[in-house]
Amino acid sequence: MADKISVRIDGEYVAAQQGQTILEVARAGGKFIPTLCWLENLSPVGGCRLCIVEVSGVGRLLPACTTPAQDGMSVTTNSEKLTQYRRMALEFLFSERNHQCAVCVSNNHCELQSMAQRLGVTNVRYPYSFPKMRVDASHERYVLDHNRCILCTRCVRVCAEVEGARVWDVSGRGIHSLIVSDMNRPWGDSKTCTSCGKCVEVCPTGALAEKGFGVEEMVKRDRKVRRLAGRRGGHV
Amino acid sequence: MRKITINPVTRIEGHAKIDIYLDDKGSVADTQLHVTQIRGFEKFVEGRPFYEMPSITARICGICPISHLLASAKACDAIMAVTPPETGVKLRELVHCAQMAQSHALSFFYLSAPDLLLGFDSDPALRNVFGLIDADPQTARAGVALRKFGQDAIEALAQERIHSSWIVAGGVNAPLTAAARDRILAGLPGARALAGRTLEQFEGLLDRFAEEIAHFGSAPTLYAGLTNPAGTLDWYGGLLQFKDPAGGMLAKDVPAADYASVIGEASQRDSYLKSPYYRPLGFPGGEYRVGPLARLNVAERLGTPEADRKLAEFRQRFGPVVHGSFHYHYARLIELVHALEKMELLLADPAILDTHVRSHAAVNRLEGVGMIEAPRGVLIHHYKVDEKGAIRWVNLIVATGHNSLAMNRSVAEVARHFVHGAQIEEGMLNRVSAVVRAYDPCLSCSTHADGTLDLEVALIGADGQVLDRRRA
Repeated sequence: MADKISVRIDGEYVAAQQGQTILEVARAGGKFIPTLCWLENLSPVGGCRLCIVEVSGVGRLLPACTTPAQDGMSVTTNSEKLTQYRRMALEFLFSERNHQCAVCVSNNHCELQSMAQRLGVTNVRYPYSFPKMRVDASHERYVLDHNRCILCTRCVRVCAEVEGARVWDVSGRGIHSLIVSDMNRPWGDSKTCTSCGKCVEVCPTGALAEKGFGVEEMVKRDRKVRRLAGRRGGHV
Repeated sequence: MRKITINPVTRIEGHAKIDIYLDDKGSVADTQLHVTQIRGFEKFVEGRPFYEMPSITARICGICPISHLLASAKACDAIMAVTPPETGVKLRELVHCAQMAQSHALSFFYLSAPDLLLGFDSDPALRNVFGLIDADPQTARAGVALRKFGQDAIEALAQERIHSSWIVAGGVNAPLTAAARDRILAGLPGARALAGRTLEQFEGLLDRFAEEIAHFGSAPTLYAGLTNPAGTLDWYGGLLQFKDPAGGMLAKDVPAADYASVIGEASQRDSYLKSPYYRPLGFPGGEYRVGPLARLNVAERLGTPEADRKLAEFRQRFGPVVHGSFHYHYARLIELVHALEKMELLLADPAILDTHVRSHAAVNRLEGVGMIEAPRGVLIHHYKVDEKGAIRWVNLIVATGHNSLAMNRSVAEVARHFVHGAQIEEGMLNRVSAVVRAYDPCLSCSTHADGTLDLEVALIGADGQVLDRRRA
């Protein structure tokens, strides 16, 4: 079969299909590669840089979620160097906005928090930015807290690719980037939002949450959204 | 004019220093208690969804987070215009009693017992909880055991000992299990025995402290506390009562929402601690006290048999209205007995295991006030929100704040009686600090500020020069 390829992951040969990403091949082979912005059946964007891997013969680290696997490729998914860079990426996320786990609705149910624990982030070596961020409580059922947003854009993608409403987008550049709804109107004033809540369920942190949930109470349930995304054929 | 500074004041919760001004003859002319920290909770919570407030404001304090959780949750209940289910209220009361027990045990055994049992003039290097462990291990063990019991009970109910997220707007977020109830019940008899024994031990010690009792802030003031309309002490659901120094009722059954009609707040130039006053009498004439002693002065009865028996003895000994701030310790121990008795009563009710413990609602009112009795006195959380539930404005009046005028006056009284001359005697310094300790102030709460706990005394001469400065 012409579309079958063989990839070496951490020294082990793994059979794969042409077109699969390194992340898909590695996960199929039982390898752990950390991710935050990636979500099964949504289009990958390579934004969080946690899934970086080493590829033999390539001088830079590549995001596994957006890099296609190629026949004969040799990939290292875990090394001291990768762990250092992944921790650094997480520390940048923590220092960029106001992530106060203790008073967060998603405390103990947060992907950012659990990833930091898993990768051994015990402290943040960079100065906190303490930006003054808004909380958009204008929606009847949901709330957007920019303090807790890591700009993974899962909300943007799930709304466009699964719900088809395209409420969310990213405004600004770099550290000034911000998730916005309907060309930067308050979420409650959005004409396009269907209030389906998919964005809330896939948000990895407490940035998007249901109203009325106290600290530690917001548990995300993204399984149905991922299944729905898979039925639609995933990427658009 | 000369000045003595005590900085920091130790064995209190929060940061403070005391300045004592002496005239040319070396007598005390004036004193000032400065609370030296600021935290800004009232400001930085603006914009947050209101239902996050219980957990955020709980971070004001690590000793009485339950108090802030409860006052805040009650303010949220008012914003949602809901009445939590009966069992939700009972569970809130239960955890409140557990917190009273552990907080009062902390204040008495860890902070004040070194003064009371080792003596005000004992070696300051040993005058702490470790010195107490060496000198009187049985009492020290009782203190540790009582605090442990309270904290264990809080954990059994709220899953976490400090900063739990169990108390939420509308009730609590999980019912009590039979196993947790039995775990608390198993520890109660032992805790009650220890509390009773400690109270008797303290009663036996009182004769040693005749001078301190007479001069530790004994000036009459107004008193405020929460009771039900029949006059029974009610830490969780009571209405605000003000009594005059003779025990006459000044303001009866003031609901939380009307607190501003009786309480005004004055800002002080040289302290971050605001000074609330009884509004009809103005500032500073409306000075009043809150906390264990004030509660015993305001309430007709406590509502549990053993505590009421002890209250009757207390009143027989010192009169129906007791002004001496030294007796805060006595009142605190009587309340400790009451807390444990009340826990037993609440746990004996089969309805305590009911699973309907939370009401749900969105914003139905744009303003809400929650008021409870924290271990140190009346605690008020007042929030205003927009129609979507975002916090617009917050006012917190914390127990220690109510006592600020009285604490200042007590410091002056103790300094005038015990301080003479330019040289600070250690015993004098400790008595000035100890009168602050009697109020069990939580200055980190009252300024909603951060930091560790300290207090400093300065001796200031007539020319404004600092003659001596010591840390307590």
